[in-house]
Amino acid sequence: MREADIGRLLAANLLCALSIVLAAVIPAVFLDGFSVLGTHLTWLCVCSVCVATLNIILHLVLKPNQSAKRRSFAHKISRFLKCCIYFFMSCILFHAIIVLYGAPLIESVTETFLFAVLLSTFTTLQCLCLLGPNIQAWIRVFSKNGAMSIWESSLQITSMCSILGAWFGAFPIPLDWDRPWQVWPISCSLGATFGYMAGLIIAPLWIHWNRKQLTYKSR
Amino acid sequence: GMVSNWTKIPPPLFKKVVIVLIDALRDDFVFGSKGKQFMPYTTQVVEKGTSYSFIAEAKPPTVTMPRIKALMTGSIPGFIDVVVNLNSPALLDDNLIWQAKTAGKRIIFYGDDTWVKLFPKHFVEYDGTTSFFVSDFTEVDDNVTRHLDRVLKREDWDLLILHYLGLDHIGHMTGPNSPLVGPKLREMDNILKKIHISLLSKVEEASLPNLLVVCGDHGMSETGSHGGSSEGEVHTPLLFISSAFEKRSAPLAQPEHVQQTDLASTLAIGLGLPISRNSVGNLILPVVGGKTMREQLRFVHLNGFQLSRLLQENTPAYEKDPGYEHFKIAEKSHGNWIKLYLEGNNSEILLNLGKKVLKQYLEALKTLSSSLSKQVAQYDMYSMMVGTVIIMEVLLLLLLSVPKALSKRAEFEVPLSPPLFSLLFYLICLVLCAVHVIVCTSAESLCYFCSMSWLTAVGVMMLVSALTCGILSAIAKIFENSRLPPKSPIVSSSSWSEIDVLILAGTIGHVLSLGASSFIEEEHQTWYFLINTLCLVLCQELCRNNFLLKECDPEHSTNVKQNFDSIGETSECKNIEIPAASNSKLGKATSSSELIKGSDKWISLATPWIILICCRLLRSLNQTGVQWAHRPDFGHWLTSSEHKSELSFLAAVSLLMIFFLVQRRCSLVSKIAMALGLLGVYSYRAAIGNVIFPWQHGGKDISKGITEARFVYVFVLGIIFTGTKDLLKSQVISAESSTKSTGLWEVYNGLVLLAALLFRPHNLPVLVFCLLIQTMMTKYIWIPLKFDAAQITIMHYWFGQAFFYFQGNSNGIATVDISAGFVGLDSYVEIPAIFLTAFATYAGPFLWAIHLLCYLSSEVSRNAAAVGHGCFCYALMRSIPVAIYVVLVTALRYHLFIWSVFSPKLLYEGVHVFITAAVCLFFTAMDQNHTYKAQD
Repeated sequence: MREADIGRLLAANLLCALSIVLAAVIPAVFLDGFSVLGTHLTWLCVCSVCVATLNIILHLVLKPNQSAKRRSFAHKISRFLKCCIYFFMSCILFHAIIVLYGAPLIESVTETFLFAVLLSTFTTLQCLCLLGPNIQAWIRVFSKNGAMSIWESSLQITSMCSILGAWFGAFPIPLDWDRPWQVWPISCSLGATFGYMAGLIIAPLWIHWNRKQLTYKSR
Repeated sequence: GMVSNWTKIPPPLFKKVVIVLIDALRDDFVFGSKGKQFMPYTTQVVEKGTSYSFIAEAKPPTVTMPRIKALMTGSIPGFIDVVVNLNSPALLDDNLIWQAKTAGKRIIFYGDDTWVKLFPKHFVEYDGTTSFFVSDFTEVDDNVTRHLDRVLKREDWDLLILHYLGLDHIGHMTGPNSPLVGPKLREMDNILKKIHISLLSKVEEASLPNLLVVCGDHGMSETGSHGGSSEGEVHTPLLFISSAFEKRSAPLAQPEHVQQTDLASTLAIGLGLPISRNSVGNLILPVVGGKTMREQLRFVHLNGFQLSRLLQENTPAYEKDPGYEHFKIAEKSHGNWIKLYLEGNNSEILLNLGKKVLKQYLEALKTLSSSLSKQVAQYDMYSMMVGTVIIMEVLLLLLLSVPKALSKRAEFEVPLSPPLFSLLFYLICLVLCAVHVIVCTSAESLCYFCSMSWLTAVGVMMLVSALTCGILSAIAKIFENSRLPPKSPIVSSSSWSEIDVLILAGTIGHVLSLGASSFIEEEHQTWYFLINTLCLVLCQELCRNNFLLKECDPEHSTNVKQNFDSIGETSECKNIEIPAASNSKLGKATSSSELIKGSDKWISLATPWIILICCRLLRSLNQTGVQWAHRPDFGHWLTSSEHKSELSFLAAVSLLMIFFLVQRRCSLVSKIAMALGLLGVYSYRAAIGNVIFPWQHGGKDISKGITEARFVYVFVLGIIFTGTKDLLKSQVISAESSTKSTGLWEVYNGLVLLAALLFRPHNLPVLVFCLLIQTMMTKYIWIPLKFDAAQITIMHYWFGQAFFYFQGNSNGIATVDISAGFVGLDSYVEIPAIFLTAFATYAGPFLWAIHLLCYLSSEVSRNAAAVGHGCFCYALMRSIPVAIYVVLVTALRYHLFIWSVFSPKLLYEGVHVFITAAVCLFFTAMDQNHTYKAQD
């Protein structure tokens, strides 16, 4: 059961990584002059939408949290709305944190917000898919030894990697190289994306190597 | 000359020379749109008159004194000149002024008194103006202009030098785009017009023409400061105006670029003086363009001869230098040309040949100049190595004693006595002395360490070998210890919290970032980034601390959640032990008491966010660095003259806030003293015209505010004295530790008051936020989360660094606010001025360090070794970057930005080390008290 689960996780993650690569390549066919650096905002939108849809589809197909009981339709709707609100709030929160880190408050507000959306897609959206709008579960997962399944471990790793990627992505901004990718927020969003992709690949491998030590206790 | 039969120095080309030096005159002020708008006369002369215009490039540091030296000696002064910029001693190098005086020229000078100090007894008449009161825009220039009418009528001078300071002051206070710049430029234009017309009227038929030179010593950056190497700071206009020149027919294109040092050589030729010995400048040929070919060739030959001799003095292998080779070739063809000329061959061919020789000479001059400019950067490697070795050994010793110094007993001892008697010590000493003798006898260039007395040198050798032996014995001890107990408690990586990881990564990352010039220019970004991350990690730590309790009983918490739904989120945070079937009354009672605790908890959870917001506000108060320094910020908005009332309001509110944040910890007497002192600060700022009183409308005459400032100083000294008295009392009579704690807080409050006095009014919020963050951190983060002394020290250090930049400082010389050194002083007094400037510049790190001491000594009850740990960590945190930076700078000494970026940073680091050493001494003194008391 373990090996099969890890296999499924690996497949899902590879699909996600592939979708990011495609999001950078495919739009160039349809849109004139599309490039990741040149039309960065478009790419941010495309990438976020791609990753979001794929994640939701994967979640619906794979159903990693088996505990889902039959719930009423109204409950589902309210849950969905709650998810939307949580996602929006997380975008706002990320935006605030980015501004606190020194992003300009008024100018290039679109860039900052889209970057916040991208970060939310990489982190919050996955949490919402896997754990639902349940803050307590989120805190549990993100505290030490809190993961209760390989999916949650993977979630931990990919979220960490995306945030760290964005964090490291800010490093080259002060350098005076005058490269196009040093413009706000390109280096950070690229960092987050690479971090996310690295996380997607690292997670199954890490779980595979540590499968002996990982003993997920259930409630 | 060697080839021609002319043996004397050529006669002067100009009769009278007037040099108008306008401080901080940027090239676009004359050649740009501002010049067209505000300097119509000069523009007309530049475009149509008899003039030559150039853009002169100044070498960093773009500070007035080194620039004057460069203009008058033609050499490139070293960076140390910035340090002595405040207290300029007489210039001893060969220079134009000295040459002119020796040649019997009568020189008159009006303007910046730096000149008077540099060239004492050189001027037949002078009137120096002090440049330190940068808030004065008009008087400094009127002081110069008032002599002008009289002196222009007179005939008893040969060289007139005018140095106008007003533009620089306007730049410092309001920036290059302020509305004050235009009128100032117009004033300068009128002065130039007056001088030019008067010089023209003096020209008689038989006599030599006169020359007017207009130049700037340096430009200004987009913020109005200078000192660095940005384009605006480096490019200054250089105009030569004389009736001897041909009238310009075509409007000029972009002016040609020359070096600032070229002026000295050109003026020397123009005045018929020998070129200064150390000049690396080239003759600006168009200025002598009106002369015959023979004379022109002679001038460039003189210049080339001087440069090649300078090269000979400085390099052993001068013959292989391409510049020297070029010069020799040009000299040979010059000789051939002269031969032809003397044969009476005076055709077109000779002229063309002459032009060719001239070209060869100019080429040679350029190459010679550039190789000489490189020669100037000769490093005294031996002395540098000795210094680096000592620093690295001390750092190693500190690092090796980390485990012991951070143990329970906090002992830090250097094992010195055993190595002093070991054979190894004497061996190393002997070897080092032998090396010293060999190096010093074989060295050709000047060596600082070799020129020291033998006793000192031997002392240094002994120090080096003692440190080496100490390190070796420390390593040996560590090995011994690790072998003796088989199960040594290895710190496993899993026990590291996120804070530890961040602290380690941040320290290493910061040190590594010092290798890149951009990261030094933008070092503030590194610190802001690190403290932001620190706050977020603290937030996570707080969340974990508060929410993990709840984990144990999820059912219960949902129960509680239902109970307390009305009070919202508050209930989420704590696991409350209420029986499931609780009596409603009891529940309410508990809930209210819990609410208080809960609200405390929520404040504590909000603390990191409040701190983050404070930091974000402070970051936009002062834009610093280089790349984004021109961005608009609150500081400039507030200091502009239209927003005086806003600034006054902000200053008043800040002073009130400072009082409220500080008064909790002091006695009644010092509370009153503090209040009066802060009132004095406001009235001082009102007196010097920075802020206004609400009842005061219209202009009030501005004074230096000496009385008000001294009034504040009295209270500062009073408060610090009370604190010191308490400290002494706690030392002599071993009273309870509370006396010491109050004493420390009093000292801290006194320093806060001093900082409030010295900070510019728009920087007062920095002080408020500093106090606010310290208070909040202490109450809600450090005490509840029980961090150990080392972690708290490092956090203090980081915040101190960030506040250094929040104040508006940067790693460039330009941001040092020298006006702080003149608060309450009538004139420049060296010791207090240096002390006050250093305190105002390093107020952020210093206040955080003293706060650390206050905090740790109040923690002594919990951890007896806290102060010792803190002191050790603080010293370590400071020495790691300094030691590594010294090595990096040595390795990067041929980097393009070594003078403009790396060496100012080294200066800042050096001063910071001195301050840290003082702080650590204070720490140790406080700690000593404690240990004595413990023994009693």
